[in-house]
Amino acid sequence: MNLFFDGIAWILDPTNWTGPGSIPERIGQHLVISAVVLVIASIIALPVGGAVGHTGRGKDLSVMVSGGLRALPTLGVLTLFALWLGIGLQAPIIALVILAIPPLLAGAYAGLESVDRRTIDAARAMGMREGQIVGRVELPLGMPIVVGGIRSATLQIIATATLAAYVADFGLGRFIFAGLKTRDYAEMLGGSILVIILALVVDGCFAITQRLVVPAGVRAAMATDLRSRPTRPRAAVGRPITEGNPE
Amino acid sequence: MIEFRRVTKQFPDGTVAVEDVDIVMPPHKTTVLVGSSGSGKTTLLRMINRMVDPTGGQVLIDGMDVATQDPVQLRRGIGYVMQNSGLLPHRKVIDNVATVPLLRGVGKREAYAHALELLDTVGLDRSLADRYPSQLSGGQQQRVGVARGLAVDPNILLMDEPFGAVDPIVRAELQQELLRLQGELGKTVVFVTHDIDEAFLLGDQVVIMQQGGKISQAASPAEILAHPADDFVADFVGADRGKRALHVTEVDGRNVVVDADGRPAGVLTS
Amino acid sequence: MNWLWSNLDLVGELMLVHLALSVPAIILSFVISVPIGWLAHRYRWSRGVLLSLCGLLYAIPSLALFVALPPITGLSLRSPLNLVIALTLYGIAVIVRTSADAFDSVEPDIRQSATAVGYSAVGRFWGVELPLAGPVLLSGVRVVIVSTVSLATVGAVIGVPSLGSLFTDGFQRGIQAEIVTGIVATIVLALALDWASVLIGRLLLPWSRPSASARRLSVARVERVDAA
Repeated sequence: MNLFFDGIAWILDPTNWTGPGSIPERIGQHLVISAVVLVIASIIALPVGGAVGHTGRGKDLSVMVSGGLRALPTLGVLTLFALWLGIGLQAPIIALVILAIPPLLAGAYAGLESVDRRTIDAARAMGMREGQIVGRVELPLGMPIVVGGIRSATLQIIATATLAAYVADFGLGRFIFAGLKTRDYAEMLGGSILVIILALVVDGCFAITQRLVVPAGVRAAMATDLRSRPTRPRAAVGRPITEGNPE
Repeated sequence: MIEFRRVTKQFPDGTVAVEDVDIVMPPHKTTVLVGSSGSGKTTLLRMINRMVDPTGGQVLIDGMDVATQDPVQLRRGIGYVMQNSGLLPHRKVIDNVATVPLLRGVGKREAYAHALELLDTVGLDRSLADRYPSQLSGGQQQRVGVARGLAVDPNILLMDEPFGAVDPIVRAELQQELLRLQGELGKTVVFVTHDIDEAFLLGDQVVIMQQGGKISQAASPAEILAHPADDFVADFVGADRGKRALHVTEVDGRNVVVDADGRPAGVLTS
Repeated sequence: MNWLWSNLDLVGELMLVHLALSVPAIILSFVISVPIGWLAHRYRWSRGVLLSLCGLLYAIPSLALFVALPPITGLSLRSPLNLVIALTLYGIAVIVRTSADAFDSVEPDIRQSATAVGYSAVGRFWGVELPLAGPVLLSGVRVVIVSTVSLATVGAVIGVPSLGSLFTDGFQRGIQAEIVTGIVATIVLALALDWASVLIGRLLLPWSRPSASARRLSVARVERVDAA
């Protein structure tokens, strides 16, 4: 356990909190890069996933793409892009965006797809346009799962951004690699603890968000049915709706 | 008036859901489409508001082919009540009822005031307005569904097995409610069911459908019982057995009507 | 391609090393997760706690976990065992949730009828619940296989050899072919293990096509409802 105290002592050491490459600066870099990557990846993946979830078209393809991308070893992608694009932030950002796409894509289509087909059918029968069905029915009801996808993507980004310090000079991962080089285990451990805290805090924020976006009516249903039904609505009961002209 | 002219629907996988159907559904009357599953009755209903487009023939509302109309505008003018109510689970009862008027651009205040009146119309307490659908019983949800269908005061009300998922006692209650409402409002109602008793109870005109989406007979309940078009219809309505094969026996000087199993069904008074 | 031909021995050797890291982690995490998942399924109060713990574990970035484990385990940072433990923890984080869902997916009617015909609690677990939870469990294992094989490469940056060594070595010496080989070899290994797990699943669960996803099962259920 002594080693742990060394790590914590390193974090608390005031000299590590000022100057270039200080702890606040590294945390800031880590967060900014993660946010930038998340925004870029979301702009690419969420609309595509949403379209797949709404229309049901291209589902097999997107399952394949997101499954295939998941199998990509992150370190391999990082080092390959670093070789192609050289030192700098470009390589890790591109690599991180690629790795963040699968969970975002999966969350978006699974979220929209999770909405009871009968509810969507009713919305269409009432005269909602396709855009209105997405905006007023599918998105609010599927939002918890969509946010779940954003949550996994963010964790993936934070983890991989740590690793990206191997090929670029940024983020909390620098402490780990710097410590590795100088055989300073306290610094490595301190950096790791900071990364873990950062990830857990961000994850906690998402957990709260995910709870907040559950529509009140759905929460009411969960509260009353907790004992009698599985928490997820079972789409399996009732007639499947195969008819209709989604325009 | 709704008119089907030689309407056919073949799905992309080749199954024929509706074949060469001609029907006229008179205005301000209830037409019930009845048949077992796979008889195309729901498909027929969904052609009226273009949830399904026919692959042949025409569907006309007051002489206008629905195919020429924008489906979204068309649907906003036609009430639709479905099984399991189809309420939006994340919207309160009042929001659900006011959805279509709001989509049509009616002012918020007006839409909500009207929605409250509609709750009265379908026999729901106004205190339920702020509940979510999941907090209501099945029968109450179905009433909200009817209120929503009536929200834009449509001439046509489509009902797709609206009482299929509630228990028999509540169903009987809802059926009487619908008869009362129809007596007051006089909508052109198209009602789908697989329950022949429900069809005879509610329908001014009953359309009996058989497998493959063909019409066996379209007539008033009395006409169907008196002159079933063929053996299929006779069998389907059970004209020659059970509680429909009634005969009179004399008990203590009064004429008692009994069914095929000898169970008394009533007293003959005239 | 030239690089691969002249280094075929190295790649083969690293593949074996990689297997030795990931296969024990996959098996261990499965064996440990099933009882935990069953607990989470059986006792509602434990579900929230267990699944939250797994969520927290899963949120920890891999590199940080690799570095933070040695003070707890007493192992050296470069010990392969340290890596296996970390990978096992990640595997557990994934399978516990799936295995709770898997046991949830067994119809209560079936469980009750098993009790009614005289299964003991233990017999019911081995004879009814576990086999019926099998298909969903397998889907969890398949996810873990892919993620474990991929995560194991990260160990290379702290000096635990694996196919990941091709990334670090290729990056330091500027050999693109080496990195590409590493990526392809990792994916091939993951696919091979995935395929093996499906095959084992087919042998152990002959009544259910393992590829049948929950979605297809539910479609079948709808068809049954409609036919009734």
